[in-house]
Amino acid sequence: MTVLNPSHPTSRPGLDATPARPRRLPMDLLVHGFVALCALLIVVLLAGLFVELVVGSRLAMKTLGWRFLTSNAWNPVTGRFGVLSSLFGTLVTTVIALALAIPLSVVIALFLVELAPPRVATLVGGAIELLAAIPSIIFGMWGLFLFAPFMSDHVQPWLQRYTGGLPLFSGPPMGVGMLTAGLVLALMVLPFVTAITRDVFRMVPGVLRESAYGLGATTSEVTRKVTLPFAMPGIMGACFLGLGRALGETMAVTFVIGNDHKISGSLFAAGNTIASTLANEFSEASEPLYLSALIELGLVLLVITFLVQILAQLWLNWMGRGQEGGR
Amino acid sequence: MKARSVRRRHGLDLALKAFSGLAAFGGCFMLGWILLLLLGRGLGALNWDFFTKLPTPPGVQGGGLGNAIVGTLAITLMASLVGVPLGLLGGVFLAEFGRGTRLAAGIRFAANILMGVPSIIVGVFVYGILVKPMGGFSGYAGALALAIIMLPIVARTTEDMLRLVPGSLREAAMALGAPRWKVSFGIFLRAAKTGVLTGILLAVARVSGETAPLLFTALNSPYWNRFDSLPHLLGSFAQPTANLTVTIFNQAMSPYADWQRSAWAASLLITLGVLLVTLTSRFLIQRRGR
Repeated sequence: MTVLNPSHPTSRPGLDATPARPRRLPMDLLVHGFVALCALLIVVLLAGLFVELVVGSRLAMKTLGWRFLTSNAWNPVTGRFGVLSSLFGTLVTTVIALALAIPLSVVIALFLVELAPPRVATLVGGAIELLAAIPSIIFGMWGLFLFAPFMSDHVQPWLQRYTGGLPLFSGPPMGVGMLTAGLVLALMVLPFVTAITRDVFRMVPGVLRESAYGLGATTSEVTRKVTLPFAMPGIMGACFLGLGRALGETMAVTFVIGNDHKISGSLFAAGNTIASTLANEFSEASEPLYLSALIELGLVLLVITFLVQILAQLWLNWMGRGQEGGR
Repeated sequence: MKARSVRRRHGLDLALKAFSGLAAFGGCFMLGWILLLLLGRGLGALNWDFFTKLPTPPGVQGGGLGNAIVGTLAITLMASLVGVPLGLLGGVFLAEFGRGTRLAAGIRFAANILMGVPSIIVGVFVYGILVKPMGGFSGYAGALALAIIMLPIVARTTEDMLRLVPGSLREAAMALGAPRWKVSFGIFLRAAKTGVLTGILLAVARVSGETAPLLFTALNSPYWNRFDSLPHLLGSFAQPTANLTVTIFNQAMSPYADWQRSAWAASLLITLGVLLVTLTSRFLIQRRGR
């Protein structure tokens, strides 16, 4: 870059004040300052999110203390609140979603990059990208009116019959519940992870794959022994981003999870997530403590997604640097 | 490595190919299913009244979601008016003025993280900074929430698109004595305009289908915004404002069949709108690629 761009060194602050260009300096400085402020707004907003949520949840923190983090109570009447039941639902649905979406995404990306003829790949890839563009509330409508009845009529009775009464699949097959929410969530994360995985697969050097094919390896062997190991760091990054998305997804989950504040060992049971609790109860919370507890719930979600995003960014940065160094 | 029979290796290969083809087909099937479902259940309820009338109580025939359509358009427009210019300028800083500095790297990091913050959290934030101090839900609060979601998206795509412009353009302009800000805005931003426009369209598409950040900012309303005079118009957006997505949520969760039918029609409308904007942006990219 520096070789191609000789003007670059002059843009350093120490060298800018050369007498050759004194007149345009004020305007340049002004514009520089203004666009820098706009960009800094992003940092201010991110910091503001934390500040506002901490301030908003102060009342709950003072009243409930650490019990908030260790209790599964949720009773606006008696003023007892705890994060556990919502956190439990958030984690369970996310795990179900990722356990399904990641393998499927990798396999679909494989189809798009290795197997499909270019035209089919463009079409199918485009369709999956459009799936990512569909608003989350539409997945909620589909989940509530189509998928949940399908689950209660067919999938859940089938699971109960053929798993021999596992506690995981016990209870009445209501359709709505944590399993259904996890499955809908999987469908929403899928296009997202697929798109990134496809791009990562495309970066695998053709020479590597071709040499493996030349040695007589089959497509599945090339995939397992060459493409996947090479693409693994990128797929990891995609998983982190999918994780962040699944944790905070609100509307689709709110439609199909049943919205019940309890922790149940059965995936058929109704539950809730942090995001769905906020969506359902926030605008109705009239008591200051109730509202504050909800904001603290939001703070917990913000901290979790923040950590996941930081890990994802650090991982992707590290990966990018590693690749540049290797070239 | 264990030696395997050729037959087994090919069997495994075929299984993987079949499975991956099936999974890809499954993805397309889901898109088709959802679109057909929306058309099947929503198209019947779309008529002139749907676009021009106010919602009726459950059980009362007629009525529409005209106020929610106008509200969604207005809130998205206001959000874009705030989010797009700020994001654009921020992107110019990241790609041009702050290029290679630690400050820009830090801001880029923050932008990526802000993009990953759940949209419902942005709703809680705006509730705290705008709804509570103003003493009520308002269309402005909804627009602000959407603008906050747009800002990092527009900034990052603008940056990425500006980076694609060849550096020789900058050198040529600077050698002619053009000041830096003119190079950035007059030449670089203009050279990257298709890509930047694509990013803006994608950001608009993304936020116009959002529900969660509007739930406790714009809320919803059974009334029209007032368009008879400017003060009335501005005042009406300081009240709870009708919008399609929250209406879908309220009507779909209700037990009334006619409300649910209207929710399907609204779902069809919002999906068509979002997909149309998304496809437009894709078309722009492809045309530029040729």
